[in-house]
This record gives sequence, structure tokens and C-alpha cells, in this order.
Amino acid sequence: MRAFAQWDGFEGRLWKEEINIRDFIQNNYQPYEGDKSFLADPTEATKKLWGKLSELQKEERAKGGILDMDTHIVSGITSHKPGYICEEFKDLEQVVGLQTDKPLKRAFMPFGGIKMAEQACTTNGYESDPQLHEIFTKYCRTHNQGVFDAYTPEMKKARHNKIITGLPDTYGRGRIVGDYRRVALYGIDFLMEKKKEDFVNCGNGTMTDDIIRQREEISRQYQALGEMKEMAVSYGYDISQPAQNAKEAVQWLYFGYLAAIKTQNGAAMSVGRISTFLDIYIQRDLDNGTLTEIEAQELIDHLVMKFRMVKFARIPSYNQLFSGDPVWATLEVGGMGMDGRSMVTKNDFRFLHTLENMGPSPEPNLTVLYSSKLPEYFKDYAADISIRTSSIQYENDDVMKPVWGDDYSICCCVSATQTGKEMQFFGARANLAKCLLYAINGGIDLKSGEQVGPDYKPITSEYLDYDEVIKKYDQMMDWLAELYVNTLNLIQYMHDKYYYEAAEMALLDTDVRRTFATGIAGFSHVVDSLSAIKYAKVKTIRDESGLVVDYETEGDFPRYGNDDDRADDIAVWLLKTFLDKLKKQHTYRNSEPTTSILTITSNVVYGKATGSMPDGRKAGEPLAPGANPSYGAEKNGLLASLNSVAKLPYEWALDGISNTQTMNPDALGHSEEERIENLVQIMDGYFDQGAHHLNVNVFGREKLIDAMEHPEKEEYANFTIRVSGYAVKFIDLTREQQMDVLARTCHTRV
Amino acid sequence: MKKGKIHSVESFGLVDGPGVRFVIFMQGCPMRCQYCHNPETWSGDTGTWWTAEELFQRAYRYKNYWKKKNKENGGITVSGGEPLLQCEFVTELFELAKKKGVHTTLDTSGCLFATDQLPMEQFERMMKATDLVLLDLKMMDGAGHRGLTGRDNSNILEMAQWLSDHGKEIWIRHVCVPGLTDSEKELTEMKQFLNSLETVTRVDLLPYHTMGEMEWEKLGLSYSLKGVPVPTEEDMMNYQKILNI
Repeated sequence: MRAFAQWDGFEGRLWKEEINIRDFIQNNYQPYEGDKSFLADPTEATKKLWGKLSELQKEERAKGGILDMDTHIVSGITSHKPGYICEEFKDLEQVVGLQTDKPLKRAFMPFGGIKMAEQACTTNGYESDPQLHEIFTKYCRTHNQGVFDAYTPEMKKARHNKIITGLPDTYGRGRIVGDYRRVALYGIDFLMEKKKEDFVNCGNGTMTDDIIRQREEISRQYQALGEMKEMAVSYGYDISQPAQNAKEAVQWLYFGYLAAIKTQNGAAMSVGRISTFLDIYIQRDLDNGTLTEIEAQELIDHLVMKFRMVKFARIPSYNQLFSGDPVWATLEVGGMGMDGRSMVTKNDFRFLHTLENMGPSPEPNLTVLYSSKLPEYFKDYAADISIRTSSIQYENDDVMKPVWGDDYSICCCVSATQTGKEMQFFGARANLAKCLLYAINGGIDLKSGEQVGPDYKPITSEYLDYDEVIKKYDQMMDWLAELYVNTLNLIQYMHDKYYYEAAEMALLDTDVRRTFATGIAGFSHVVDSLSAIKYAKVKTIRDESGLVVDYETEGDFPRYGNDDDRADDIAVWLLKTFLDKLKKQHTYRNSEPTTSILTITSNVVYGKATGSMPDGRKAGEPLAPGANPSYGAEKNGLLASLNSVAKLPYEWALDGISNTQTMNPDALGHSEEERIENLVQIMDGYFDQGAHHLNVNVFGREKLIDAMEHPEKEEYANFTIRVSGYAVKFIDLTREQQMDVLARTCHTRV
Repeated sequence: MKKGKIHSVESFGLVDGPGVRFVIFMQGCPMRCQYCHNPETWSGDTGTWWTAEELFQRAYRYKNYWKKKNKENGGITVSGGEPLLQCEFVTELFELAKKKGVHTTLDTSGCLFATDQLPMEQFERMMKATDLVLLDLKMMDGAGHRGLTGRDNSNILEMAQWLSDHGKEIWIRHVCVPGLTDSEKELTEMKQFLNSLETVTRVDLLPYHTMGEMEWEKLGLSYSLKGVPVPTEEDMMNYQKILNI
């Protein structure tokens, strides 16, 4: 058993024998059942730093969204000299470390693809060093290059026609949450020692592909750990040993995260479940009298400030998919332990409190792991913050805990992963709405006129017959599932090869479990279309070549979103059917396939590429986001809509079922107190039924309209809303996406 | 089993009774209030037929949402239209609800009370299964009431008295239309009347709004309150002062 002086006062044994953060937490955390009254206001230092950062953000927006870009240095853990929010307030920063040498300056990250890194510069008026171009085209290959060298013509066509779409072949796949807590608890030297042991024990000497690859990977992880130490030294810290107090714990942990965001520009760069862990350090210091509550809050405020500063250089096609510059620095609070104790600590309040101390913000992507059994005061506080900031999402701990245990993190928007023990191969999504149109038109894409899917016999009848459509749809989904998974296999292979996440993987167990995350887009439109074909009469409208380009639907039909089993049963069937097809495929590194019903803001782009549907959605119109019912489909109010979504079994969509709802404050109650009580009541009811996720927005349409018309107003500078999968500053969305948000149902019944 | 004619349902009502309510809008109403915001519920010729059992099962899906901190806080509200028109059906529905311990609220104008259309024993049976009555008092002044709604109000006031005498909890609602239902005289009379009742636990003054106007136009009806302003926040404060709530 190891013993460090820095561990004085900590209980437990197993976590001292092996790397085991969960065991450390369970043995040492103090659940907090009280209310918010202990919380502290921002300190002068926080106000000064946040004020400075707000100015920089304003400047960034004024310059078209980019403040500064690095064009000469290839970003790495030790690539840049130390950076601070500003020289003047340097000593006020309780937590230090920036991605580059200057705040909000975006790093040059070519390993995902030199073309993209360069394009990110040129579209923003910068020119990257021509020498870098030479190096990364002549001497050094990138992920993007590898993928396109290996793609089949069929894959390229499917990608180009956007039936599989948003693929991480032009950007980092992300979604790997390093267990950054390990840096704080164990110090880097101990972690290096353990990796060395793993290296020695890797294989029995027979050099199979797997073993060779793993040996190389462990070596790269080991190297990354060494570089983390070096980076910390440049900021004046020695992180080779465990952190000895709360301030160091926060700083050590952040250095781990910083190493990740200096080397990877993944679509999601989650922070993970750090709140309860850090509370143990804070509580120890509070008990020792070496820290005050004001200082504790300051630490958390400053840490969160750093998470609000994470930036990556992106290309326009990426921004269309993920609008508003998100990085998914997802961070969890709440949750229940396996032993039935709540895992809410004072620190969970402190993290939510940052939204009061520094105002609303889309990052970090604050996620409440919800259970109706959480302490009432905590639920009330979260609801209160939701109502005032619309910046929080909720995920059902009661359904996730049985699958992932009580130490999982959210690795992107909504998807869970066991912290330190798992990684995920992120794989964007397949457009099932488009697939239905392919089934009807024999694999021909309406937009390009190309034969993209297999040239199965198209449907030739004037009126659509349910059984015939289902049969053809089933076959087309077989084709899609196979192609989709194989495309992803290839992408993940190349990502491991050319853009390996050494820093994050160094903070995971060596024998890591891998999941293979697929996704579905266009969900509600397929459900409603199939329901229309089944319960109403759907007439096809054909162009001169005989392709079905539109539909006329006569009669009423049940729609998903009304708690009507006739439609909702189709929804459940669709999810299960597609998942089963995915599960049949071979997945890279024997990973476990999962799927999600989640679109991010890409529902707008996907919709553009998708023709008219039998449910009445016209060609080019946005798809409904995530698992949300279609626009205007909900006729029985919010709870009916929630109940429809709640019927989708989480176990079949372990990558997440995203649901975004907007409520008018007046509809939620007359007074602040009533609104809080009612929101808690709704969430208890929703999640007790096994629903997975809820984005809660509380504002009226008037506010959105005003923000669109007057984005310059001070009050809208940080006006944050939840969209499918993340939070975003409303004024950072494209006009098109703002219109889409506006078009969605706002529950206003009064 | 008698079927009921339903205009629509709403799963998420937060202001039509205590807690989270499943609100059922009955089809058909004998009143013709000038400010009605859902005139599409007037006619008896449209709507969907439901059995009480079907409707109860539909509502009961939301039982999860009807509790706060493990205490009951929500239930079923029947509104309209005018639910008293289909008293037998509503009674059956409420009796099913009470069997399952679900809170029941009747949102009514009371306009059929003590008329041929509503036998007293039927009404009494209904009240046995009703936990709370939301009584819409349109106006105290008889002539004014006739002008506003097309009907007398004496039986409505009688109903309020009956509910009070029988210990039935009442929430009063009154829509404040500037220049029409908001005179000091009107509100003072209302206050006096309410003071004489013993079971009123809440009085809601609702500001008149113009959202109904579009509904009237859709039905090809002319909206007689065109141009009437909505009360200001200050107006509402004044009304509340008069009523002392």
C-alpha cells in the first residue's frame, strides 16, 4: 500500500493499492443535504478577471468570432510558453494555464488534417506557416489524409450525399474523458510508474498486431505524462507528487485537462465528474481552517472561468454542424451513489453557483445527474438556476447508474462513460429520414439524382402501402447500418493511427473498455411518416422520371409527441430495429456498439439535404432536433410530449436520447417559488418514468425575437439557451438556426 | 356507459387547480361570453366522443407528475365549454378518479345550476366526487351579466351559496375587462358576496387578454370587444386592493 503525506486525513485502502478514484470518493466524500445559504459571492479577483475575460469575449465577437490564431506553432502539451488572462491580473488567477500563450488565441492543430487546420486559418483571415504545409503534406501524414486514402467510392458517395453525416473525418473525434482527477490524487510520477508496469505486462512476448499497437500506445501515454510535468513546471508547479490541498488539487486536475485540449480538438472535450472529488479536498481544508468558503468558491469560479475559455480553430462546415463555437467541456453535478447516499456535496452547489457569480454561460456544459431522490434543496437550487439561466441540462441518474455505475462522466453532450475505465469511438449519425426516402425511391438521392443506396426496386404504386414500405425500409436500413459502421471502423482506425489521444488515454486504465457510438437523425419524421402511411392515406407525387418528390397525406394520423401508443410504438420499433442492425456488424477493436437519438444543431444542415416526407415536412426544412417530436406535432401539451420521449428505452440508446423543451415562465407558475416547485415536480415525474435527458429552457418567444433583432443589447451578450446536446449563446447561432429555435414549440398554456 | 364529448385535452396545466393538472376541455357551452377565449368549444355539434374510462386512463398516465415531495399535488380538472352540460359523464369520470385517489377539480360557470338541464340529485352526486370547484364569477350585476353572457346570474350566485353551505372548497375566478367588469361597484359587490361565503380559499383575478379575438375570427364571428384595452399591471393592483386579496 502506498502512503503519501499529501493523503493525510483521507480514509480507505483500495485506492492506495491501485488507481481507483471511485473508491477514494466513496470513502471520503460528505453528502450535503442543506440549502444554498452557505454560498459565497464572487471575490474582487473573480470580478476583475471575469470582467477582463468578458471584454476579450466582446472583442472576439466584434472580430467575427475569432480573437487570435496561432499560425506557426504546432500545438502540443509543451508547445507554448505560459499564458494568462492578462499580465496585470496574473497574480489573481487561482488556477493558471491556457491553451496557447494568449487568452482565446486558437492553436494550430494539424494532426486531424492539415487541410482543415489551414482552412480554419484562411477563412478567418490568417495564413499559416508554409513550412507547416510542407511538413504535413510531404513528411508527415494526418488523420484526414489516412481516412480519404482508404475510403471506398460507396463511402464517399454516402458521405457526400449526407445519408451518413457529420463524420469525424475532418475533425477530432473527441469524447474521451481523461480521468483528470488522477493527476491530483496520485501525482504524475505514480501514474507513470503504473503505466510502466502495464507496459512490462503487456503481452507474453508474442507480437500480435494488438500487442504491438498497445505497446506503442502505452509508450506514447508515458511520454505525454512526462510532458504534463514539464508544462506544469513552466507555470511554476511540480505535479510529480499528489496535490496537498484544494488549490493544488484544482490546479493539478486542470493541468491534466489542459494537456488534453492542447493536443486534441475533439468535437467534445469533456471535463468529467470532478465536483464531488474536489469537494473532498475543499472540505479537508475547510475543516483544517486553511481555506474559507469565499476562497473555495473563488477556486471553483476560476476553474470554471478556464473552462469557459476553451477554444478551437474550426472550419465552416464544422460550424454548420455545431453552431456557436461549442467545445462540450461537459461537467457533472449531482447523482446518487450505489450505496443509496446522495453524491451531492457543497461543491455541486458551488459549480451551479458559478452561473450566478459570473452570469449564464454555455460552457462548461453543466449537467445535473438527476434522480427524484436527490436532496430537495439541491433539486430546488438546480431548478432555480435553470429558470434564471437556461444553461443546465438534466440526465437521469436512475437509468444510467445501473449501466455505468456511480462514477460515470458525460463524455459529450449526453453520453455516459465510466470515468477512467472507458473510451468511446464517436461516430456522428445516420440520417434515417433520408434512408426512408431511399427505400421508396430505390436508393436514388433526390438532391443529387445519384444512385447512392443499392438499386433495389422502388415503390411504384400511387398510394403507399405500409407493409411494402416497411419491408423496403428494413432492407435499406440493412444497407445503411453496414455501410455506416464500416465507414466508422475506418475512421476510428485512422484516428488511432494518426491522431491518438495520448494525453487523455494516459489518464485512463490501460485495459480500457471501448464503446462505439453511432447516432440517428430524423427520428421523429420517420415515425410520423410511417404513422401517416399506416393510419392515413399517403399519395405519392412523382416527377417526370418517376421519382417520388413529394407526398399528399389525406386524413389524420397519430403523431409522436402526444403520448399516443400508436405512434410511439413505431418510435420504439424504429430504435430497436436500427440498433439490432448495428449490433450485427463487426466494430473496430471489438468495441460495443451503442446508438443515440441526438442531432446537435446539425438538424438544420441534415434537413437541408433531406427531401419532403410523408409526415408533411417539406424538402429542406430542418429536422426536429434529437428525439424531439416534430414541429407542431405536439397537441396535448408538454407532459404528453415528455411521455412519448420517455417511452424510448434508454437501454437501447445508451449513447443518449436528447430532448429539448422550452417553457414560458408564465406557464410554469406565478411566482419564483411556484416555478421552482413546478419544474422540480415535472422533472421528478418525467425521470421517474425512465426518461433519459432533458434540456430545460425557460423563456418566452418574445425574448428570442428581441434578441434576434437587437443582438447588441447588453442583456443578450450572455443570453444562453439549451439546444439539442449543449448550451449556446443565442446570438452566436446563425440566423437560420435562430429561426429554427424560434419555430419549436414553446409550452405556454396558461 | 355514457360517452362524453370532448373538445381537447392538455397534459400540462399549472393554473387550473392545485399542482399539475390534466385539463379536459368539454365541448359545448350555453354561455356566450363576449370575452370568451375559446369560442370553438361553444357548439355541441363538434368534438370527440370518449368514454369516462378511456378518458380517465388517458389522464392517469400523468400520475407521475401529480406529486410533490411524495405528497399529492395535481390531478384532473374538467373545464370547457361548460362541464355541467355533461354532468353525468363528468360524474362518472370523477368517480373513477376518486377510486384511485386522484384530486378532481371542476371549472364551471355554474350557469346550469337549478335549471331543468341539471337535476339536483345528479349535481349532488357529482359534487360528492368533486374536491374543488373553480367558479367563474363573470359579473355581480344581473343586467350586466345578461349583456355579457346572454344569461342570468341569480342561479350562479345560488350555486356559490350551495357550495358554501355544503362545505365544498371554492376558488373564485373573475376576468377583469376594463370598462365592463372592473367597476368599483362591481368589485365591491363581489367582495361583499364572497365575504358571505365560507369555503372560498382563493380568489384569482384574471386580466382580460385579446388572444380570443383570433379564435372568433376563425369561426367567422364578430368580436364585440374589439379595441377594448387589456388592464395594466397597475389596474390589476387596484382591483386586488378593492377585493382585498
